[in-house]
Amino acid sequence: MEQEVLIKAEGISKKFCKDLNLGLWYGLQDLGSSVFGSGKNERDLREKEFWAVDDISFEVRRGECLGLLGHNGAGKSTLLKVITGLIAPDRGKITMKGRVNALIELTAGFNPILTGRENIYNNGAVLGLTDKEIRAKFDEIVAFSELEEFIDTPVQYYSSGMKVRLGFSVAAFTEPDVLILDEVLAVGDVGFRTKSFNKTLEIMQKAAVVFVSHSMTDVARTCNQVLFMRHGKSYYQGTNIHQGIDLYLNEFKTNKLSLIEMNDGADLSNFIVNEQNVDLENKEVLVIPFGENIKVSFDVDLKKNYDDFFAIVRISDKDMKIVGSVYTNRFNDYFKGEKKSTISVDVLNPRLINGEYSITVMLAVNKKDNKFQIDEFLAIYRDFIKFEIKGLEFAEFSPVFYEVNTKQVVND
Amino acid sequence: MQIKIYEPTKRSGNLFSLIKEMFKDLFSSLGLAKRLFIRDKKAEYRQSVFGILWAFITPLTNALVWIFLSASGAVSVSGTGIPYPLFVFLGTMLWSVFAESVTMPLMQTNVSKSLISKINFPKEAILVAGFYKTMFNTGIKVLILIIALFFFKITFSFTIIGFLLGVVFLALFGIAIGLFITPIGMLYTDIGRAIPIALSFLMYLTPVVYKGTRFQSLQAFIDLNPLTPVINSTRNLATSGGLDNPTYLLIIFIATLIIGLLGWIFYRVSIPIIVERM
Repeated sequence: MEQEVLIKAEGISKKFCKDLNLGLWYGLQDLGSSVFGSGKNERDLREKEFWAVDDISFEVRRGECLGLLGHNGAGKSTLLKVITGLIAPDRGKITMKGRVNALIELTAGFNPILTGRENIYNNGAVLGLTDKEIRAKFDEIVAFSELEEFIDTPVQYYSSGMKVRLGFSVAAFTEPDVLILDEVLAVGDVGFRTKSFNKTLEIMQKAAVVFVSHSMTDVARTCNQVLFMRHGKSYYQGTNIHQGIDLYLNEFKTNKLSLIEMNDGADLSNFIVNEQNVDLENKEVLVIPFGENIKVSFDVDLKKNYDDFFAIVRISDKDMKIVGSVYTNRFNDYFKGEKKSTISVDVLNPRLINGEYSITVMLAVNKKDNKFQIDEFLAIYRDFIKFEIKGLEFAEFSPVFYEVNTKQVVND
Repeated sequence: MQIKIYEPTKRSGNLFSLIKEMFKDLFSSLGLAKRLFIRDKKAEYRQSVFGILWAFITPLTNALVWIFLSASGAVSVSGTGIPYPLFVFLGTMLWSVFAESVTMPLMQTNVSKSLISKINFPKEAILVAGFYKTMFNTGIKVLILIIALFFFKITFSFTIIGFLLGVVFLALFGIAIGLFITPIGMLYTDIGRAIPIALSFLMYLTPVVYKGTRFQSLQAFIDLNPLTPVINSTRNLATSGGLDNPTYLLIIFIATLIIGLLGWIFYRVSIPIIVERM
């Protein structure tokens, strides 16, 4: 059976003014027109105004989760403020059913000088719980926050992580029908992050959720539809989460991340990857078909005299996580300390799935007596080459298939 | 399940349903208002040794100043009917109920900025919490007043109930005016700066520390001032006197209800416009 629609947004638009004083003056005009009826064009753009949210429509049913993507300033937070009723839309209509809980600011109801215990009641009341409801859930809330020891300590002595823990714990026990999450899961230590994420998943099963996050892993794990906003407009909207995420990540293609961290010992130039010249200026991303070897070559220009040296080639993914490293001295010979040379490193069977990656190239020399200890780096070219793997058809593909031992014991 | 619909602000077609919704929000906000009031009062006195005693100390010292001035003969006002220190204590107490109430909506909205801009809750809660604060401060002064009445050997009768109702009415009168100022004051800080100046000026145009004046034109203005009958009547009720200018009082009462309701509607409509600019 189809679940009921809890959030319905129809053609929402919201405009903002870039100028403070003009914005205040417009505010005064809006106050006037809201009391005395309207001038004709009040919903059109005035001078220095722009559409922060422009004609957005969506529906979220109970048990569904809408992921809201977009770079900073794309209008996500404004959209959230409109759907929670904090500000009124300039066009369109929002219908919300049931208890709404917006986890936008977790510690809004806190008073720093009061104890954690008192602030649980304060924050609970602000989120719409009665004293009786809070009393009933009090122990659960404290246990979830793991702050038993400090519950009678003023909140101003809490660390920022502890405050957020307490705030999240209260919010998590409000049992909402509609849940709005604005990047609040990226707080606290790793342990609490996992715990709060799981709690959120639990709430999600019974609620309609709108989820804003910059963590694409979280979005892919939780959402069943995405809305990708660019400059207030809907750029992609649909149930193909991966397509939405890809489009979103492509936004950052032109961002310049490459960095020559140091080149005291050597200059590297003329990078070539899979017979394609790397265009550092234009930042055209290289495309490598899925499954192909990655062949990197570059010219080395040594600035000092070295007997020999080796190269470290490191591949990182979009989140800057290292997915693979090559130490050329481990399985191959050292390179000779010639003044000028061209070095090529072929990464065989790299097992990378679709996505964007970057290559860091480092040159180093080892200590004379210890093959595993680096004495000196000659050059570090961090995230210098970007490439994209394309062509993998199945999203379920796992880059490594492990060899395992299996056993089955027959029970009576 | 409650359904909320958000649309561009426009004039509500049905005034009756709007008022019904407003009162529904008002009653549903009482629990939160109580919580906010307790929170702010606790926080106010938590980092202090004397704690709640400070609530008594301030009005007591104020009263002592007037007793001293009167005893020294520096200020001599006659024709007040009751001992002058008592007259002034009552007058300033009632005035502060009014003055606090006028500034309360703007102040409460300002200190709750971070809450209003992040969480959607009935905004009536912060106004009611502010009203509680005013009543709390006044309650303490009433206690001091009762002691003072014993001290001056003035018998007080059941009219003291009328006095308390008068205090509540004075607060509502102040809030009604405050609600109209608040939305504009939230946009432009000029309003917040101008209010104390205007109030201190207005205080001397109201029989707070004196009964009347010999200057005809000024007296005419004082008689027109709607605060005059309200403050005079309330003060009289505390000391078993009668109402001052009942007809005008009734007109002011009805006007307050209408102004208050309109101010409340204005305040509600303005909140999203203000939040946008926070």
